[in-house]
Amino acid sequence: MIERPESTVASIAQRNLEGYVGFANLPNQVYRKSVKRGFEFTLMVVGESGLGKSTLINSLFLTDLYSKDYPGPSLRIKKTVQVEQSKVLVKEGGVQLTLTIVDTPGFGDAVDNSNCWQPVINYIDSKCEDFLNAESRVNRRLMPDNRVHCCLYFIAPSGHGLKPLDIEFMKRLHDKVNVIPLIAKADTLTPEECQLFKKQIMKEIQEHKIKIYEFPDTEDDEDHKLIRKIKERMPLAVVGSNVVIEVNGKKVRGRQYPWGVAEVENGEHCDFTVLRNMLIRTHMQDLKDVTNNVHYENYRSKKLAAVTCNGGVDLSKTKNQMTRSPLAQMEEERREHVMKMKKMETEMEQVFEMKVKEKKQKLKDSEAELERRHEQMKKNLEAQYKELEEKRRHYEEEKSNWESQQRILEQQKLDASKTMEKNKKKGKIF
Amino acid sequence: MAATDVDIFSNEEKRNLSLGGHVGFDSLPDQLVSKSVTQGFCFNILCVGETGIGKSTLMNTLFNTMFENEEASHYLNGVCMRPRTYDLQESNVHLKLTIVDTVGFGDQINKEESYKPIVDYIDTQFENYLQEELKIKRSLFNYHDGRIHICLYFIAPTGHSLKSLDLVTMKKLDSKVNIIPIIAKADTISKSELHKFKIKIMSELVSNGVQIYQFPTDDDAVTEINSSMNAHLPFAVVGSIEEVKVGNKTVRARQYPWGVVQVENESHCDFVKLREMLIRVNMEDLREQTHSRHYELYRRCKLEEMGFKDTDPDCQPFSLQETYEAKRKEFMGDLQRKEEEMRQMFVNKVKETEAELKEKERELHNKFEQLKQMHQEEKRKVEEKRRDLEEEMNAFNRRKVAVETLSLAQPVKKDKDKKN
Repeated sequence: MIERPESTVASIAQRNLEGYVGFANLPNQVYRKSVKRGFEFTLMVVGESGLGKSTLINSLFLTDLYSKDYPGPSLRIKKTVQVEQSKVLVKEGGVQLTLTIVDTPGFGDAVDNSNCWQPVINYIDSKCEDFLNAESRVNRRLMPDNRVHCCLYFIAPSGHGLKPLDIEFMKRLHDKVNVIPLIAKADTLTPEECQLFKKQIMKEIQEHKIKIYEFPDTEDDEDHKLIRKIKERMPLAVVGSNVVIEVNGKKVRGRQYPWGVAEVENGEHCDFTVLRNMLIRTHMQDLKDVTNNVHYENYRSKKLAAVTCNGGVDLSKTKNQMTRSPLAQMEEERREHVMKMKKMETEMEQVFEMKVKEKKQKLKDSEAELERRHEQMKKNLEAQYKELEEKRRHYEEEKSNWESQQRILEQQKLDASKTMEKNKKKGKIF
Repeated sequence: MAATDVDIFSNEEKRNLSLGGHVGFDSLPDQLVSKSVTQGFCFNILCVGETGIGKSTLMNTLFNTMFENEEASHYLNGVCMRPRTYDLQESNVHLKLTIVDTVGFGDQINKEESYKPIVDYIDTQFENYLQEELKIKRSLFNYHDGRIHICLYFIAPTGHSLKSLDLVTMKKLDSKVNIIPIIAKADTISKSELHKFKIKIMSELVSNGVQIYQFPTDDDAVTEINSSMNAHLPFAVVGSIEEVKVGNKTVRARQYPWGVVQVENESHCDFVKLREMLIRVNMEDLREQTHSRHYELYRRCKLEEMGFKDTDPDCQPFSLQETYEAKRKEFMGDLQRKEEEMRQMFVNKVKETEAELKEKERELHNKFEQLKQMHQEEKRKVEEKRRDLEEEMNAFNRRKVAVETLSLAQPVKKDKDKKN
């Protein structure tokens, strides 16, 4: 027996604590456990060759992901769009991170780039599918999360606007993965040109209804201000560098030009620090959460809907079906089918009964008919018998009458002859 | 050349890389924590114990607040589960606490079915979660999780051993929920008796194969404290919400003529230990164990029951789609078969009845054939008789005619005779 819970979600009672309990320590427990588990993150970079993708990765993670021993894809010759993944394990401050970098060499490099986004989409979908299968197994173990959490899209610094390929790619990927557009090699644009370029890009993004990654709203005022500042700078214009240069006595990463040094980590030179802080220091977890709660769920519900309603999808029913699991869906269909069968059964029974009744009636009728005829014939025969009897009686009567008459005549004759004889004898005759 | 060919280059080997500076991802745990804090936490406690053993008082004492409770009667027909949810906050942490009480446990004369409502409640929570997880459109991240994270089993302070009801119930629950046994109303047991009692209880649990929750010892930060606490199980607790002045402090205690039992005094009872272990140190681990062990076990059994497998007979792994499609095909086939069966049954029925009716028809015809033949027979007889009669009549008529012609001829002869 279960009583209805007296406090439902809508009316949960508030209680004030009158002393120390200790669950304020929960966050620490969560912290400890997460550090023990370790973290994973998959970052995808997409853009034409030579836009500085590999350099940016190295700059972001302050490491040589691509080095002499492990040359980046850009240094290899390829004929078609590839999707390459490299997994590295990095540690910092006791925190372990399994970082997967997915590169797409060959993207946009061909003369005919139709469908060059397809390998990218296929890669993202296949990772989602792997996760879906792992999540749906009967025996589930640790499920490694290899889904793409963030896609950095590199826009060439033309200064004018987005290219058709850019728009096409982002439109196709914005509901599969978090897309963050970046202006690459921003050291070719002056600040004013950069501003105009950014405005133009954002305008085009809005026009084409492209959904780029949005920062979550926060209640904290300070965070809110920070986020607003980031939003105003989108898309971020970045510069990457593997080279450390000395500027004013400080060692900085930068690009040395005859006319000066473009410093990577200088906020006035480019938005690299903004990107790094946002991507790694503040919003990495949120990128993972959005991937899990939005993009993956999207993929999953589409996949499962296709399996459940294979064939015709009745729009009027789809809404209901979405709130059920495919199994519950099958249960519902089973119930419907049982009802249909019952109806069919009663219908068939009715038809059957009717036909039987008909036939029985017919049989009865013909039986009655035959009975009647039999009666008729019997009557006929009886009548004939009677007639015959009548005739016979009549005849017998006639016969007996005639016979008695004959007998009288005979007697008379006999008497007459006897008398004649007598007379003869007497000789009366002369 | 169109760039459509795909070459997915999977490099699964993990390289260890050293960083040339402070990247900043060591803030990841903080990001995770701040997200959890914003979302709020949820914790569900199940209290199993006889009526009047002190469950509600202990909850009040543990969480330092007055939860609603009416005193339960001893005369209930069966065990009734009473869940109540509360919103608590300590510093910046929100906790949605659900306390589930087992009302009427241990009161009935026949207690064989006592454990059932408890097991059913736990299973229902698992089932609800599973259903949500299996939905096509689901929202797990704001799902109100009702799964029980911890079951506090209240043992009566007899001082001797566990009751058989206790053993039976704990055995039924140990694979479904984390159990922490506690000795209730421990202020009725002396220290030496308590020591013996604890040993007896633990040995009985072990010998009956009851799996109670072990505080985890694999995390360096808490190994020491957890392993030492493991040795103090079951905790002997005293609960009280009344405050008594002891010395110059006011503490929660129970006042007796012979002294004051202080709830938070570690030499009086193990209340502080319970609070430490349950709330301050291992709350998160309890939640994790419930999800990754007990819930997974339930899920696995349920799915296997429904016929799901991870590998097909050839030991090739199934993909989710294949599994669902196979199920669906089986299901459709099943429905079609049922339909066919019903149709076939009807066809048979129709055939049978047809045959029956035909048989009747034939009998009818036979009967009337017979009658017809009888008639024919009779008719023939009548005809014969008629013919006989006709013949007789004809014969008679002829005789008559003969006699008459003869009598007509005779008088002439007589005259002839006379004349002579």
